[in-house]
Amino acid sequence: MSTTLHKKKLSIISFSGDFDKLVAAFTLATGSAAVGYDVNIFFTFWGLNAIKQKKSRAFTGKGFWARFFGFLMGGINNAPLSKLNFLGASPKLMTYMMRKSNVATLNELVEAAILLNINLYACEMSMQIMGLTKDDFIPEVKEVLGVANFLKYSEDGDRLFI
Amino acid sequence: MTFVKTKIELSKLQSGDRLEVLLVEGEPLENVPRSSEEQGYKVISVEHVKENIHKIIIEK
Repeated sequence: MSTTLHKKKLSIISFSGDFDKLVAAFTLATGSAAVGYDVNIFFTFWGLNAIKQKKSRAFTGKGFWARFFGFLMGGINNAPLSKLNFLGASPKLMTYMMRKSNVATLNELVEAAILLNINLYACEMSMQIMGLTKDDFIPEVKEVLGVANFLKYSEDGDRLFI
Repeated sequence: MTFVKTKIELSKLQSGDRLEVLLVEGEPLENVPRSSEEQGYKVISVEHVKENIHKIIIEK
């Protein structure tokens, strides 16, 4: 009888694009990668904002409504808190509190994810809706995927929806 | 996050190099030595520096 040793795997679907949920997703991702997990993050819908090249508001995308939404949503620097956003003051306040407590900020967490070779993927369907192309994202985004390939890449591991 | 930063710094070193990590009591102090050994690194020493701060030396 033979047994195959599967490397531990974690796949996170980053949907919400909220600042606090992105911090949670990246903390789980980097913490797991640091102890040897194979980690995938699949960015979809609002989550796509976290991996845009333009980190602040810009008219990215094709088509009037796509560019309208693209501008309003912005990039990772505009990620709102999921509660008590106070018109955008809270993410800045949270970042200040995180620095003060010597906890990694969201941008530091994303940097750590890249250094730990975490696989970053973008959702094809949401990209189509928003008229985005792979060039609108940071170069570290590995591939554009649909559900079928996401299921294949996340097989035999745990999946989380954040 | 402490072990994440430790792992990233260790990955920049050559085999045989040592890394000094200053961390706080609680989860970091429990987690870093254990995870380092699990990942194949060698924990040379763990010492209390002051208040709740400890120093760990890890060899790659």
